[in-house]
Amino acid sequence: MSDDKGERLVGIVLVSHSAQVAASVAELARGLAGGATAVPVAPAGGTEGGELGTSAELIAAAAASVDRGAGVAVLTDLGSAVLTVKALLAEGDELPDNTRLVDAPFVEGAVAAVVTAAAGADLAAVEAAASEAYTYRKV
Amino acid sequence: MLDAAFFRRWMTATAASVDREAERLTALDSPIGDADHGSNLQRGFHAVTAELEKEDPQTPGAVLTLAGRHLISTVGGASGPLYGTLLRRTGKALGDAGEVSEAEFAQALRAGVDAVMTLGGAAPGDKTMIDSLVPAVDALSDGFTAARAAAEEGALATTPLQARKGRASYLGERSIGHQDPGATSSALLIAALTEAAGE
Repeated sequence: MSDDKGERLVGIVLVSHSAQVAASVAELARGLAGGATAVPVAPAGGTEGGELGTSAELIAAAAASVDRGAGVAVLTDLGSAVLTVKALLAEGDELPDNTRLVDAPFVEGAVAAVVTAAAGADLAAVEAAASEAYTYRKV
Repeated sequence: MLDAAFFRRWMTATAASVDREAERLTALDSPIGDADHGSNLQRGFHAVTAELEKEDPQTPGAVLTLAGRHLISTVGGASGPLYGTLLRRTGKALGDAGEVSEAEFAQALRAGVDAVMTLGGAAPGDKTMIDSLVPAVDALSDGFTAARAAAEEGALATTPLQARKGRASYLGERSIGHQDPGATSSALLIAALTEAAGE
């Protein structure tokens, strides 16, 4: 549907053990993407009780909130965040269609994903850009 | 034959066992983990028993898929998706039969354990729950009591291993000398089978 071109941006979910980390990385990525406010980005950090951990419910709600029909890229920090997203994907009906766990470094990958999504790229391109962040060596 | 009531007793017995052993699980998780294994599993299995009470599933498969789904959504640590996947996949493998044989259950549990290995990427010898679950499934053809003994032996045998998966793997050689909390809780889950069977 060509009249939707430019409207349907890939959604991005940032899953961290910490609510503050998830929210701050979302803010950082948007900021470094030149205030890419049109990109739907949702943090899913910590447990529902506000403790350190991972919440399947918060992840599912965040993914639903950023789904514009162009797919959802999920970036995670480590451990249970990765395992919970994988388990939800295996469940089949807990996350929007075309949701992918993206293998990427959390902070750098989030910036790359938001910048790429802001340009109207599709899910595969957003995933590739985020994963490519692994190759940016610092030393 | 094993019916839905048996599998509910299994979950209830696991919840009670996790309650009794929560402090020990958390103590095992302190030197090599983040000291939340006991409380996380307690929260998860309490949610499971409450949900079984409310939903009243009528088949073995439905009991375990419901239990698995609630472990994934309530635990908050890695044990949630891991135990959740174990039970959900086992439940799915049981299909919608009203009763299953012990052999069918053993086969389904193996499918569940395989799914956990795929999800977490762990193999036997990595100092994880797999080190208790794999011997248990292998021994299940000799009955629940044999499976229980194999699971407990497998959990004890994790002590000299170096962790290769999860947070404990960051400790490298310093993870040696500690019994793995996940293998220990897996042994509790398997031991609860004997309680459900009244053995």
